[in-house]
Amino acid sequence: MTQPPDTPVVSTGEISSEAPVQATAAANAPTASAGGGRSFLPANTLLRHLLVLVACAVGAVVLLEITDPFTNSQLAQLTYYAIAAGGLTVLTGLNGQISLGHGALMAVGAYTTALMLDADEPLPLPVVLLAAVALATVVGALVGVAAARLHGPYLAGATLALAVGLPGLAVYYGDLFGGEQGLRVRAPRAPESFESFIDLVSGNPPSATKWLAYVGTICLLITFFLLANLVRSRIGRTWRAVRDQEVAAELAGINLGAWRVLAFVVSAACAGLAGGVLALVVRLAAPSGFTLVLSLALLTAIVIGGLGSLVGVLLGSALLVFLPPFVTDLGADLGLNSTEAAQLAPFVYGLVLVVVMIFAPAGVVGTIRMRWLTARARRAARGAGS
Amino acid sequence: MGPLAQPPDSTSSSTPHHDRSSGARLEMTGISVSFGGVAALSDVSLTVEPGQVHGLIGPNGAGKTTLFNVACGLVRPDTGRIVWRGDELRRLRPSQLSRLGIARTLQGVGLFRGLTVLENVMVGAHRHARAGFVSALFAIPTSDRDEARLRARALAALEELEATPYAGRYPDSLPYPVQKRVALARALVSDPDLLLLDEPASGLSEDEMHELGDLIRTLSGRMSVLLVEHHMDLVMRVCDRITVLDSGQQIAAGTPAEVQADPAVTEAYLGDEVDVASDAAALTTSTDGRER
Repeated sequence: MTQPPDTPVVSTGEISSEAPVQATAAANAPTASAGGGRSFLPANTLLRHLLVLVACAVGAVVLLEITDPFTNSQLAQLTYYAIAAGGLTVLTGLNGQISLGHGALMAVGAYTTALMLDADEPLPLPVVLLAAVALATVVGALVGVAAARLHGPYLAGATLALAVGLPGLAVYYGDLFGGEQGLRVRAPRAPESFESFIDLVSGNPPSATKWLAYVGTICLLITFFLLANLVRSRIGRTWRAVRDQEVAAELAGINLGAWRVLAFVVSAACAGLAGGVLALVVRLAAPSGFTLVLSLALLTAIVIGGLGSLVGVLLGSALLVFLPPFVTDLGADLGLNSTEAAQLAPFVYGLVLVVVMIFAPAGVVGTIRMRWLTARARRAARGAGS
Repeated sequence: MGPLAQPPDSTSSSTPHHDRSSGARLEMTGISVSFGGVAALSDVSLTVEPGQVHGLIGPNGAGKTTLFNVACGLVRPDTGRIVWRGDELRRLRPSQLSRLGIARTLQGVGLFRGLTVLENVMVGAHRHARAGFVSALFAIPTSDRDEARLRARALAALEELEATPYAGRYPDSLPYPVQKRVALARALVSDPDLLLLDEPASGLSEDEMHELGDLIRTLSGRMSVLLVEHHMDLVMRVCDRITVLDSGQQIAAGTPAEVQADPAVTEAYLGDEVDVASDAAALTTSTDGRER
């Protein structure tokens, strides 16, 4: 307590330590009111997040209208990956719980959607998707209660069992779930207002693919708006506190188990919605769509992007969707036959993962944020020194 | 979005707030603890009077930290009673302490590494949070207002400990004494009636320790303090009463002067003929040694 309060902030000589030292926390922005920086955006969280939401919505419409139908379908694919990975990054990045079972939670949402749309007079689409969310939330709560008592490899093992076991139920109860073939999904037709909207915006033909891409985008925007609200609030801060120091968090009055379950429930809800969107976009809910590979793909997406970062989730999901076809095309151009070109994609994906982990161990967003904080500290040090 | 409309422990706000006049007295009577047949504490009694600073000293392995952990529910005693403000504490869980008006600092610092200093202290104010999960999810202005309130509280606590300039920094980038101040701010921000300090002076310089002593004296008007500390000069200066443990037994209790004059205490520390105050210097060298 010898240092007077006006001592230059950077006096330890270790400038790089301005950023959080843990790579796992590097991509976490501080909660809204605890952030110190100036911003041109309003201080009111709701207003700020709504502004960003509107900007993103406009950007999404432009993107969907300037790209061809194939890219539209790829973007639709991106939306369900990002919704699920968004939930997972909250669970793993902010709360420190790993889950290998999110593919299975997506299956819950997908089958719910498929079965409800199969009815003679299906309910409106938003109701169907909300039901998918609700059911996945219930399953997530059950898993979360068990998960809250487990750590690290044990938690990974338990959720792995979910990933492997749950799709098996679809085969076992083949009469209801269609067995290995799965259920075909009857995606509802676009409403007329959508067609007139597209006509107004771009004059492009309002195809079914485009409609489903829009449905996915709307779901993605709503999910990320709500997740961003949580991340930037006391809820996100409490999750991170539980992740970093259990004993200190408990002494602050935080019930560790309850907050862990809450994180699991939130991320399961996202997985349920993602499953619902997947069922619509792929038009099929089958066990082969929800293997362990899906769960692992979600994990790699959040790690590449930067744990706990929603922007990172978008980057990671984009890589998942766009890299394989890009590499396959490249292989074909280089004179490989179609099988060889297709085999090239997982190899390059693995390579990208390794390279990112070596050069950006905190993920893309985390590494950029650390660099930025370090540069800011260096500037401050120079300012204080002169 | 699901069944959990409220954050898990939002009930903390609905518990009746004890008024302070009822006396923030912590009474521990006949506490015995054994780990695997080895007695860590046998029949120890200690009372922290309201508004007083109570010191807990003894050589390494005397059972100080164990008694401390009993006081905050981390260790359940085999026998004995803990009475806080007239109510017996039974089957206490650490997460309930804060609600009871008891705050504790950890040996070392135990800060949240991925949170800024300000956020660390805001987490400490958890029991004063009002806005729940739903208002956070939809970013309802209630949530913003609640955050602003917590932020103001946290900044006030940082101000009191002269740590305001570090608000936006991450703990690992700060010198150890500053980290200790932040940890103390995190405990104080919950506005406790009883503060349990676990070796607050370890790793501090002479001057810093002196300032810490002044701070603890200031706090004693607002809350009761139970202090585990190796630095004898600090303990002698700030404590109203002192309990001395050795090998799990209570060997002396009383005012600093009484304890210092007690031959049993001198005996416990490095045999006879050495007075406690000068012995403190020898002890300070090993303060960071973890005691079980």
